[in-house]
Amino acid sequence: MMPDLGKYAEAVLSSYAVSIALIIGLILFSTMRSKRVKKQLQEIEKKVKSNG
Amino acid sequence: MIALLIRDFRLAMRAGGGFGLGLAFFLIVVTLVPFGVGPQSALLATIAPGILWLGALLSCLLSLDRIFALDWEDGSLDLLATSPLPMEAIVTIKALAHWVTTGLPLVLAAPVFALLLNMPTAGYQPLVLSLLLGTPALSVIGTFGAALTVGLKRGGLLLSLLVLPLYVPTLIFGAEMARRGAEGFDTTTPLLMLAGITCGTIALLPFASAAVLRVNLR
Amino acid sequence: MNLNTLWAYANPKKFIQTTDRVLPWVAGLAALALVLGLIWGFFFTPEDYRQGSTVKIIYLHVPSALMAINAWMMMLVTSLVWIVRRHHVSALAARAAAPVGLVMTVIALITGAIWGQPMWGTWWAWDPRLTSFLILFLFYLGYIALWEAIENDDTAADLTSILCLVGSVFALLSRYAVNFWNQGLHQGASLSLDKEENVADVFWYPLLVCIAGFVLLFVALVLLRTRTEIRARRMRVLLARERMGA
Repeated sequence: MMPDLGKYAEAVLSSYAVSIALIIGLILFSTMRSKRVKKQLQEIEKKVKSNG
Repeated sequence: MIALLIRDFRLAMRAGGGFGLGLAFFLIVVTLVPFGVGPQSALLATIAPGILWLGALLSCLLSLDRIFALDWEDGSLDLLATSPLPMEAIVTIKALAHWVTTGLPLVLAAPVFALLLNMPTAGYQPLVLSLLLGTPALSVIGTFGAALTVGLKRGGLLLSLLVLPLYVPTLIFGAEMARRGAEGFDTTTPLLMLAGITCGTIALLPFASAAVLRVNLR
Repeated sequence: MNLNTLWAYANPKKFIQTTDRVLPWVAGLAALALVLGLIWGFFFTPEDYRQGSTVKIIYLHVPSALMAINAWMMMLVTSLVWIVRRHHVSALAARAAAPVGLVMTVIALITGAIWGQPMWGTWWAWDPRLTSFLILFLFYLGYIALWEAIENDDTAADLTSILCLVGSVFALLSRYAVNFWNQGLHQGASLSLDKEENVADVFWYPLLVCIAGFVLLFVALVLLRTRTEIRARRMRVLLARERMGA
């Protein structure tokens, strides 16, 4: 299954690894922040409604 | 307008600012370079134009936050904003004052520092000319950066981060012209490009700086 | 004043409603195209006779470089929309796009360095395109730092939009200055539609899929992050109002 990358295997694999790691990191960071902010906003909106 | 210019000059003198500090910094940079790269005069001669340009750029950067900071703190910037002068004029005068107090001394001192770095004599005239043409652009761009960060508490570092990328084209053409001059090549192309950048920034950037300053004073 | 806030409130709400429906589709398509394109590129393309297996890096390098530039373009457009129409979502979209563009620039730089090492014999050369990307990276950093530094949302939006405009002009200038300064190692355009023959078909199709994947990924991320920014902004407004009331 694994293609033979020859003498450049290191270069190809490392660039794929680094890029995919960065992309996944960005996605994770964005979704986590999205969820956190959403939750915080809901709490605040609830509080504001009960106050007013 | 002229009154404002004179007032800015006087402030720059009195606050121990412009003149002395920028020049001293320039001298220090030029002194430190041989410690960093070694005392071989041939090597120093080849990198001299670049070092002088970088030194001039950094000493320009050093004094940028003073352009608006003092006026912001004591509220005279608000007064200026409500004065009949258009904001664009105020910004231009500020840039001019900054250039006269920091840029011009650097230009005049550059040949002396070039001597220290062993630059070939053919390079003196293009070096001075390139600095004379380029430093006004540095002041105008710097004024834009200073206007962006005027209200911020610790804007100094941010100011450098914002302004330095904007300095890239000016630095490239200025240093290129000085380098070509020192090596005895034709300097027309970088000269024209540098002049173009300077004219363009002087003509257009004050509008951006004024817009930014209005937002910050809102 | 009243009308203004209403208008500003109505649109973000609609934006969130719309993206609620659109976002899963875009994200799904992005994942599909990326997985398909990268697997196709990595496992099922031949080696280039000159570059060996390093040619497979193209599936990351070219799309990320494209998106790094396109992200800045998008920020420029949304900044203009903010300046002209004062549409809050627009300013927040620019803010949301900047970190994505930054990551794309980093990917392009890193893959470029890794690719350059075996091909040009050096990790880094002051080649015009590399240098331009480094400068672009600095512009992204400055832009993001300015957003973070200013507390008032509207002021920050105004200042960053103007910085984006001015920065675009200077980025373009730098590009030409750098070209003038050093002729580079890069081959000419490997990727314009009229010059398709520059890249052989076997490499070309998976590359197109990867580009589509990166574009979709960018859109999905920007939508998601814009929603976050909208909510964060609303949160700040509510908190400020509460503090005023109390």
